[in-house]
Amino acid sequence: MALLEEISQVEVQPVDKSKISKLWKIAGLLLVITIIEFIFAFSLPDNWKLMKISIFLALTFVKAFYIVSEFMHLKHEKKVLIWSIVLPFILVIWLVIALIYQGGDILSVR
Amino acid sequence: MASTATVEQSGKNLWGGGVSPFKVSYGKLMMWFFLLSDAFTFSGLLITYGLLRYSHRAYEGTIADYVASHDYWPIPEKVFNAVPFLHGISIPLAFVGLMTFILIMSSVTMVLAVEAGRRMDRKNVVKWMLWTIVGGIAFLSCQAWEWVHFIHGSEHGLTLADGTTVFGANLAVNEYGPQLFANLFFFITGFHGTHVLSGVLLNFMVFYHASVGTYERRGHYEMVEKVGLYWHFVDLVWVFVFTFFYLI
Repeated sequence: MALLEEISQVEVQPVDKSKISKLWKIAGLLLVITIIEFIFAFSLPDNWKLMKISIFLALTFVKAFYIVSEFMHLKHEKKVLIWSIVLPFILVIWLVIALIYQGGDILSVR
Repeated sequence: MASTATVEQSGKNLWGGGVSPFKVSYGKLMMWFFLLSDAFTFSGLLITYGLLRYSHRAYEGTIADYVASHDYWPIPEKVFNAVPFLHGISIPLAFVGLMTFILIMSSVTMVLAVEAGRRMDRKNVVKWMLWTIVGGIAFLSCQAWEWVHFIHGSEHGLTLADGTTVFGANLAVNEYGPQLFANLFFFITGFHGTHVLSGVLLNFMVFYHASVGTYERRGHYEMVEKVGLYWHFVDLVWVFVFTFFYLI
């Protein structure tokens, strides 16, 4: 019983309404971007391949930015933590360029 | 000794120990670095997809005339075009769009659980954790259906050059295109699905401990934040899998 009384004494802080509405706005934005991706997938002509790929990549990175910066709260951490997480992805960019180039090369000798 | 401690606390020696240079707890920092390593694993898998796709020929004709063949890489919207209970009707990418919606919504309910935890609001942490678990289970169920459909394949199948017909896909045959396409599908969505499954288990653990008051007695809800980081990462990976596997 003593334990239960102790629990009920914990003070719940009031809700910050502006914070909650900001979260829902970001969620809405993520859904709108996904819907835009669908519209582009079916409305752009078949032969605009490169154009389609660039639009999808750009929109994907917009979504990734909002998930990491707001949902995962990285934007509000210390700068040194932000760079510790973001900078290593230079290696991924290098691997993308190297292996896509390599893939084209494999095709040419297949 | 006393003078050394004073110097550290005044912030002049940030990396000398005794202070947190990143201003986050040990657990959260290690979760960030674990997610960084996990992001490299997923990058490796998705870049492998890119490499293998570019080392196969692309389909040249119009989308309307598309037929599956082992000679070129399939067009995703012609492979993933089925929806449960609507048998035989081609609705490209609709089901995978629903899966994306479910995962984004479960990410939102997770943020709301973290926000409630910061306010020591046990009732709302429990409520939003439960919704997050529901979202995770819904996503896993959708993926199970997607896999079953992919494995069983279409009614007409694909007739190979030697006259045999194959139905569906596994690690030995593939009616949708080159064999590697099926292997990559199983490996990448399977690896992501395993992450979702472990995320649901972690969410359930947090849900349980929040309900029985473990975190309230501990005085903070940091565990919700740590598991929340993992859950958002699973959502983030799906955003990339969705783009590279289903859209491009």
